[in-house]
Amino acid sequence: MTTNPFTHRHLLGIQGLSPSEIGFLLDLSNGYVDQNRRADKKQSTLRGRTLINLFFENSTRTRTSFELAGKRLGADVINMQVSTSSVTKGETLIDTAVTLNAMHLDALVVRHPDSGAVKLLSEKVNCAVINGGDGCHEHPTQALLDALTIRRRKGRLSGLTVAICGDVLHSRVARSNIHLLNIMGARVRVVAPKTLVPAGIERLGVEVFFDMRAGLADCDIVMMLRLQNERMSGNFIPSIREYFHFFGLDYAKLAQARPDALIMHPGPMNRGFEIDSDVADDVERSVIREQVEMGVAVRMAVLDILTRPDREAV
Amino acid sequence: MGQPTPGRIAYVNARLLDPASGLDAQGGVLTDGETIVDFGPALVNDGDLGGDTEVFDCKGHCLGPGLVDMRMQLREPGYEHKETLENAGEAAVAGGITSMVCLPNTQPVIDDAATLEFVARRARLLGLAKVYPYGAVTKGLHGKELAEMGMLAKAGALGFTDGTRAVADAQVLRRALSYAATFDLLIVQHPEEPSLAQDGVVNEGEMATRLGLSGTPACAEAILLARDVRLAELTQARYHAAHLSTAEGIEVVRRAKARGVRVTCDTAPFYFALNESAVGDYRTFAKLSPPLRSEEDRQAVVLGIKGGGIDAIASDHSPQDQDSQRRPFAQAAFGGIGLETLLPVTLELFHNGQLSLLQALRLVTSAPADLLGLTAGRLRKGGAADLVIFDPVRVWKVVADDLVGKSGNSPFDGRLVRGRVIRTVVDGRPVFAASD
Repeated sequence: MTTNPFTHRHLLGIQGLSPSEIGFLLDLSNGYVDQNRRADKKQSTLRGRTLINLFFENSTRTRTSFELAGKRLGADVINMQVSTSSVTKGETLIDTAVTLNAMHLDALVVRHPDSGAVKLLSEKVNCAVINGGDGCHEHPTQALLDALTIRRRKGRLSGLTVAICGDVLHSRVARSNIHLLNIMGARVRVVAPKTLVPAGIERLGVEVFFDMRAGLADCDIVMMLRLQNERMSGNFIPSIREYFHFFGLDYAKLAQARPDALIMHPGPMNRGFEIDSDVADDVERSVIREQVEMGVAVRMAVLDILTRPDREAV
Repeated sequence: MGQPTPGRIAYVNARLLDPASGLDAQGGVLTDGETIVDFGPALVNDGDLGGDTEVFDCKGHCLGPGLVDMRMQLREPGYEHKETLENAGEAAVAGGITSMVCLPNTQPVIDDAATLEFVARRARLLGLAKVYPYGAVTKGLHGKELAEMGMLAKAGALGFTDGTRAVADAQVLRRALSYAATFDLLIVQHPEEPSLAQDGVVNEGEMATRLGLSGTPACAEAILLARDVRLAELTQARYHAAHLSTAEGIEVVRRAKARGVRVTCDTAPFYFALNESAVGDYRTFAKLSPPLRSEEDRQAVVLGIKGGGIDAIASDHSPQDQDSQRRPFAQAAFGGIGLETLLPVTLELFHNGQLSLLQALRLVTSAPADLLGLTAGRLRKGGAADLVIFDPVRVWKVVADDLVGKSGNSPFDGRLVRGRVIRTVVDGRPVFAASD
């Protein structure tokens, strides 16, 4: 029995992970990238194991990515899409956990609109839990796939300057990335109108810019966030038009970044809202499609490592 | 009343504490029936008390007036699954509280005399801690039309508040204050600007950002208070701000007092003994309204108590059942229980040198009683025999599941505290005796 370099039972967030744990996950993911590019992609690592994707929020990409990751490792994968309205009406999260335990799962991916909900569920179920995004809190596999994308392109994370731009306030992607990039020694900036910058964000180790050109100056990575229309209740921005004018990524603003700066976006994109279509499709600099590919590999690595203790115990 | 009249009981060998008069001496209290017949240093032994007098040896422990809790929430009528009046009464006397003032946010709301009388009568029949209701400021707590404050006051309402909701509309509050001033009634406000607090579930700042939770900025308190004290000044009414939690809010009240505005305020143990870090990893028991604040604000609340800017301490007792608490943080109910921890957590201010024992006790006895016009909260010959005997140094651990009350949502769960109630007496009847 080998020692497991990643000893956490669950992956609930990036906060609290060490540089070596993140480095290990990225190395493991890298191996899966190569495997996924072969003709025969299927493995039997998780044969006989059951993975449930429990989604309390609509998602196509993340769910599909986890589904593919599970299937490529040979697991039986079930998708459960739960509408949150029925949950608030009746069954509590605790009831859901009891139901899931009766199904003898090996791993559970959860996405939930409330911060902390995945952790609450993880305390009540008997299997490894992966946070597939909880409220405005964390989305750890997204940060890992972003890091893998950057590391493969730039050869490192340490010392890079990364500008995270857009709706940081409502973004779990931004939070997980801020934690990961800080842990790995990158310099992190956030760029957004003040209404979309959460209070005290500088204490998480970022420099805040309200001017996008200044924020993008000399940066290595431009990470755009989705403008969450559904979360725009209230007056966070006056209009999409005004937002795009000041904070949308176009070539004029991008010119401030380093010439070899990479453009990233967690998807799905709102073309013309936060990112100009031409920039998004720039084959030289946009790595948005690559992020999707890395996503499957990262999720395979996470499923692999979290189920290892159980598999090795047999 | 249905309850037998108690006989003569002499509580001897006590450290007598009466914050209202400043008495702190060895002595005892003699009760006969429902009232205090005598008390003082002379009452030291049982030699001359008469043959049929029962003697209770306090063994040198503290004996003082029962606590007056000026802000707690009842769940009966309407939400008995969270706590009944009897549960609340038992929890209160276990915490040394002999009088408590409940918010009108029951179901139905205490916005008419009939509901108020129902609650008061039910509590009287139980014979546990006495319950004095606040009446609603507005009908149904909707913040629009004034409730019948005059009639409610005649029926026994000690003051008027919309409970956990702020009276948001300035004109409505102005009229409420004006109308209340007609009868010299007290208006109690939940001081939080509702539009700034509407999405907030924790204090705004780094912690909220890390947890991905919406925060309420600390200034939501000072903003509403600044408006309210001006309206109190305009109307010459008596205004009381409940559970202050911020440095800025305390300062607004302090300045208004200095200008002669008839304004007072209280805080709750949560706000001087805990800060936002108690929320930790989404602990819903620490989800309070107003939210637990920063360490700087917590220290300001301690200083406010010490310097006299804060007039009283109330438990802010708010029982919630497990189904309301075992939820994702944003969906969980606000509030924590506090009846059984009011005394020991308030005593922390004594143990850590911020206040004398009498000063600490005054904030939970005569100070709130005076604010509300109650005669309780002091030792007085001929007054009701509402007493508490406690050991101020006994250490115990707050374990939510072991508390007397029905709901276990204590933000102090797991905390080591000092100060244990040994016996509580209401109207001359022992209603609580410690088992250990």
